[in-house]
Amino acid sequence: MELFVLLLTIFVLAVFVGFEVITKVPPTLHTPLMSGSNAISGITVVGALIAAGSGQTILVSILGFIAVVFAMVNVVGGFMVTHRMLAMFRRKG
Amino acid sequence: MDLDPNLRNVLYLAAAVLFMFGIKGLTHPRTAVRGNMLGALGMLTAIVVTLIDKQMLGWGWIIGGLALGSGVGAYVAIKIQMTGMPQLVALYNGFGGIASALVAGAVLHGWIHGAADDGLSIFELIENGGQSPTQAVVATMASGLIGGITFSGSVLAFAKLQQLISGNPITNPLLKIANGLCTIGAIGVAIMLFMHPEQVGWYWALVVLSLFVGVFLVLPIGGADMPVVITLLNSYSGIAAAATGFVLNNTVLIIAGSLVGASGLILTKVMCVAMNRSLTNVLFGVMAEVGVGPSSDEIYAGKVKAASPDEVAMLFDTARKVLIVPGYGMAAAQAQHVVRDLANLLESRGVEVEYGIHPVAGRMPGHMNVLLAEADVPYDQLKEMDEVNATMEQVDVALVIGANDTVNPSAQEDPTSPIAGMPIIDVGKARTVVVVKRSLSPGFAGIPNPLFAANNTLMMFGDGKKAVLELIAALKAG
Repeated sequence: MELFVLLLTIFVLAVFVGFEVITKVPPTLHTPLMSGSNAISGITVVGALIAAGSGQTILVSILGFIAVVFAMVNVVGGFMVTHRMLAMFRRKG
Repeated sequence: MDLDPNLRNVLYLAAAVLFMFGIKGLTHPRTAVRGNMLGALGMLTAIVVTLIDKQMLGWGWIIGGLALGSGVGAYVAIKIQMTGMPQLVALYNGFGGIASALVAGAVLHGWIHGAADDGLSIFELIENGGQSPTQAVVATMASGLIGGITFSGSVLAFAKLQQLISGNPITNPLLKIANGLCTIGAIGVAIMLFMHPEQVGWYWALVVLSLFVGVFLVLPIGGADMPVVITLLNSYSGIAAAATGFVLNNTVLIIAGSLVGASGLILTKVMCVAMNRSLTNVLFGVMAEVGVGPSSDEIYAGKVKAASPDEVAMLFDTARKVLIVPGYGMAAAQAQHVVRDLANLLESRGVEVEYGIHPVAGRMPGHMNVLLAEADVPYDQLKEMDEVNATMEQVDVALVIGANDTVNPSAQEDPTSPIAGMPIIDVGKARTVVVVKRSLSPGFAGIPNPLFAANNTLMMFGDGKKAVLELIAALKAG
């Protein structure tokens, strides 16, 4: 199978898994879901690290560096603020 | 060192599975904290695998970037107030988007550089790397386009929510023309990039045009519709990450990005349903035609009954079941803590207290729940709209505080109303309704609310926090 088709298969299946799992998240937790999934979208930091560390040209390193900064704000800020919110949810008594 | 590619991909798969378990944990408040930590662990795994896999050269750039980004992110996460959560999420969406666009740009620069070094064409270079050149270039286009739109749209949404600029919809025929030109320009530039990926200028031109498109997308959208914009941009930031995954042939980016894309789309739909508006309707800033409805004078004249805190306290004295219906006005008045005190007082007297939360009660999906959780309201007291509507007849007193359009019966009864068809919390069916409000001024939709003039409604005029404090004092005295 050509690599592209394989990746496309992964993409489509992941979308379906995403729909199945996320529709079960109750409205009470929709804000933490958004900030948490936001942190997950910072996964692009993986690509940013590869670019920043590639050592190809100074321009590639700088672009990678800026991308690492933006993505890490997203990752660290997202997970931490989600934790802060979730810690507030407690049961009666 | 270089990891074995199979081992690397298995570790990336482990990270992706951790993300899935992380989101699965969010399906219940009890497991949510652990879920979030699993997600963070997945991210740590992906980052560590990347760092030990590639022959990393510019460690200065890497460590500097990681430290700076983490520091800023942590600082903001600790400092931000819960009322500011929509702005924060909006801004972070934008950061994710621009990071993806920058990564795709950096990879393209790398390809061009590598091709020149090896004396190959860029297509040959990509093909030698075992990748389809068409896939690589199209995915690069998508990253730049979606990432750019997400960034500028999010920054504008942030500015509107933070009230750095007016939250009013800005509509102007010239804007539509400019938007059309930018969109056509972006398509043209994308085609040029597809034919000449070795000319990197086309890529950056595409990113710049996308930034304009993002601005034009969000400008016509008003404050009340911002929840939809944030959820949609949330989805875009995920799709941009997935597109970058196709640029790099990286499975964890594709899986994580598509999870976020799906999440954002679902929440966008939830918000649209809660406002009974279609997505196109929101995006193009069209409100339903305002029919010549009854004026506020006709509805309110002589029918509105004001009540003092003492009178309302007497109502609560005989109540067995109380429903509190909060709106964003409650949070704006910082009244959530005194509302919780009132609820605790009532419960100590054997009254059953619940909160009815409309999906658009806050400024983003689930926002009101977070604001109440912050005020130590237990989550099992927070009920969804459908749940409280089903038992509304048994409610003795419904206390509406800071909410307006979400309890407006016109939505159900008047088909010509601008909010016709929007689901509401039907407090009118409760035995008595008490509305805490400063005046009879309209809400976001700008229409009068017949609930305020209903036979079983009492208006308690005043600032939300002060009114509830007076009510507590009256209850304790009585």
